[in-house]
Amino acid sequence: MDAAGEKKQDQAGMNQFIVIRLGSEQYGIDVRNVENIVRMQRITRVPKMPKYLTGIINLRGEVLPVMSLRIKMGLEKDVYEKKTRIIVLKTQQEGNLGVIVDEVKEVVTLENEQVDKVDDLKLEGKAFVSGVGKRENGDIISLLDLSVVTLEDNA
Amino acid sequence: MDVSQYLDMFLDETKEHIQNLSDQIMRLEENPEDADTINEIFRAAHTLKGMAGTMGFTRMQTLTHDMENVFSEVRSGRLKVQSQIIDVFFSCLDALDEYVQNIQNTSEEGTNDNEDLIKKLNDCLPKEETAPEKKEEKKEAAAPKAEADMPAENAGGKWNELKLDDAVISAIKMARDDGDECYGLNVVIQEKCLLKAARAFLVLRSVGERGEIIASNPSTQDIEDEKFDRDFTLIVITDLPLEDLLKSIRNISEIENVTGGVLMLPEKAGETVEQPAKEAPVSAPLPAKETESMGSVPNAQGEIPIAALQNPMAQVAPAAKEETKPQREASTKEEKKAVSAGKHAGNRTIRVDIEKLDELMNLVSELIIAKNSIVSSTQSGKVASKSNVKDNIEYLERVTTNLHESVMKVRMVPIETVTNKFPRMIRDIAKKLNKKMELYISGEETELDRTVVDELGDPLMHLLRNSADHGLESEDVRIKRGKNPVGSIFLDAYQVGNSVVIEVRDDGNGIDIEAVRKKAIERGTITQEQAEQMTDKEIIDLLFLPSFSTAKQVTDVSGRGVGLDVVKAKIESLSGEVEVKSRLGEGSSWIIRLPMTLAIIQTLMVGVGGEKYAIPLSSIQSIETIHHGDVKTVQNKEVINLRGIVLPLVRLYDVLEVEGNRIPEEEMTVVVVRKGERYAGLVIDELIGQLEIVIKPLGKYSKQCKFISGATILGDGEVALILDANALI
Repeated sequence: MDAAGEKKQDQAGMNQFIVIRLGSEQYGIDVRNVENIVRMQRITRVPKMPKYLTGIINLRGEVLPVMSLRIKMGLEKDVYEKKTRIIVLKTQQEGNLGVIVDEVKEVVTLENEQVDKVDDLKLEGKAFVSGVGKRENGDIISLLDLSVVTLEDNA
Repeated sequence: MDVSQYLDMFLDETKEHIQNLSDQIMRLEENPEDADTINEIFRAAHTLKGMAGTMGFTRMQTLTHDMENVFSEVRSGRLKVQSQIIDVFFSCLDALDEYVQNIQNTSEEGTNDNEDLIKKLNDCLPKEETAPEKKEEKKEAAAPKAEADMPAENAGGKWNELKLDDAVISAIKMARDDGDECYGLNVVIQEKCLLKAARAFLVLRSVGERGEIIASNPSTQDIEDEKFDRDFTLIVITDLPLEDLLKSIRNISEIENVTGGVLMLPEKAGETVEQPAKEAPVSAPLPAKETESMGSVPNAQGEIPIAALQNPMAQVAPAAKEETKPQREASTKEEKKAVSAGKHAGNRTIRVDIEKLDELMNLVSELIIAKNSIVSSTQSGKVASKSNVKDNIEYLERVTTNLHESVMKVRMVPIETVTNKFPRMIRDIAKKLNKKMELYISGEETELDRTVVDELGDPLMHLLRNSADHGLESEDVRIKRGKNPVGSIFLDAYQVGNSVVIEVRDDGNGIDIEAVRKKAIERGTITQEQAEQMTDKEIIDLLFLPSFSTAKQVTDVSGRGVGLDVVKAKIESLSGEVEVKSRLGEGSSWIIRLPMTLAIIQTLMVGVGGEKYAIPLSSIQSIETIHHGDVKTVQNKEVINLRGIVLPLVRLYDVLEVEGNRIPEEEMTVVVVRKGERYAGLVIDELIGQLEIVIKPLGKYSKQCKFISGATILGDGEVALILDANALI
């Protein structure tokens, strides 16, 4: 989207989300949190790390920790395919973090009224999802709450 | 008058002189009659005054001037050194320090007149001396020359026309008998030079370092006060050849011409009027360009500030025109003013031996040659012969390794730079606590990376204070215990392998483990049961927790509960470690281990189940092949007996939780690592080879694994982990 679009986004209460696929589910990640998207590469395992932290990669000369979104969210272990990507997120805590996703599909723009906040939905368990977006075509996208996703826990 | 271009030089040298003064005053306190010390103090104070004056820092000048007055009284024997005077001197030094800090941060000396200090100084002077101070000044000022007890008389013209009094002549004769030579020098300063006095001062200093200036025209004081036209004449006694003197002066910029020759004494030469042709002066006119390009090199000791290295542009052209002055000049004024007090000014400098720089330059030229030969061997159209490329790469490798070593050497500074302020600190603490103690420092020449040394000051200070306050008992307790009433604190630094050990030791009470245990329970840090199970060492480690202080009384010196945890955090942030050894009643020692260099290390790459790990060479003792049958078990732990040393086996495969199945083999490769006195054998699958690696931090997500100290990126882009052998033992 061009600069004019971005402006519009701020003014009109619209947000852009990157739609990713994890297994059969679709999730949206706010573009403002995304630094970069890179292809899958060899990940060096670091011992004694929580299971969901897969390891570290070399991102242009810097060491970047990478985590498995699947394991973090209680899904099955990742199977790396051609479409597997690492999304580099800007986190509020220090440093960036890569998350492994099965596929990056597209970028969607959602208006505020298209998004239902999670409080209204009363989901159980860990609330990785901050809201649900409904697209014009009827698709439903769960919007990830990145502050929860990137939160460290000792699971 | 624009003096900002001299500011860095001024700051550097002032700090040196203040430190020197502090050292000498300490010495004076111990040995109040030592004439050498007093002279040295006098010289340093005088130089400081001169420098402050030329730079226009009048408050600083006034203060040093009054200090000098007192020193002068001390030197003449009219004033006895008492601890009260020493105290005044030290507070003066603190005030000077403050000025310097202000200047560093804002380019201004600040507005503190320190009148009370000046008053105290004047109170120190014998009563009748204080009144005619104005007249005294002149006398004082001319004093440095008088060191040799040879006041010079003014006379016009070149060195042989200088009228010398008998004392000077006899001194020259004596010097000549001793094999030294006496030269006359005539220095002409460029007409457009803005700051003649500063240049002249540099000349005087440079010459003073190589010999003794016994006479001059005009007097040295007048020279420093810029009371001369464009040239001045010096009579110098030295054992160095004349050429050295001339060279040193020529190195100072904005000097137009230096001439020199052997001084003809009236008796020898008959008449003093004309210089015989034989003795033709060695003349050294300097082309203006050259002087410009010599720039700010303070030459005297062949040292230049390292800022030139980090920021080459900034140093090259300080003498150039306003517009071309890059960053530095512009920033000095504006930024430094903006920087709030207390914050480090942008430019940090180290003095570097010029030889080290030459070496760097050489290596860089070699690097360029290496690059060129690689380019030509791959580009020249013909198919590059593999061996040729390989040769060149080997060459390149050698050059980069050397280059790395040299740069590291440049970055290394002796820890002296932090330890030299400690004697003074201990003295102050001793006074404040009313305990007698003595600080013994050894190994202050041990070198560490500049960044490490800079950070070391605070932790060491904490430890020393801790020893002085909590460690050492009060005097009567010491006497009761049959100890020397004067407590001792030792600060020893030495190198072990690739790391540096700094030990702070005292012969005081040691750590009262029971008291710590009690306190910990009281505070709820640990439970009663935990306390009973914990070993002494674990209890001592509690001291490093935040807000844990056992001092029964909170004193000004320590005991606020900040300190040890800060020490630990700081040392660990420098990839070092702290260890405590303590015996109740006998004293304790705090041992800090630091890596000598950061960032780039030599490692051994090993393979463990398909994964690659780097083990720092510094912790590796040897590599052994062990037969499976040689492994014994002690208390359910695997050990091997290696030439008489029993060491535990660490199967990296298990420790690192490498996935996959394992086939036991007949023989295994064991890397023996050591941490202090302890050894361990790391069982690995495969030796890959030695590699120089750049350490990358793992980030906060990876703190959980203690065994990993960092990561590195290998040549093929893959990431390998660095094993922290210390954590595995």
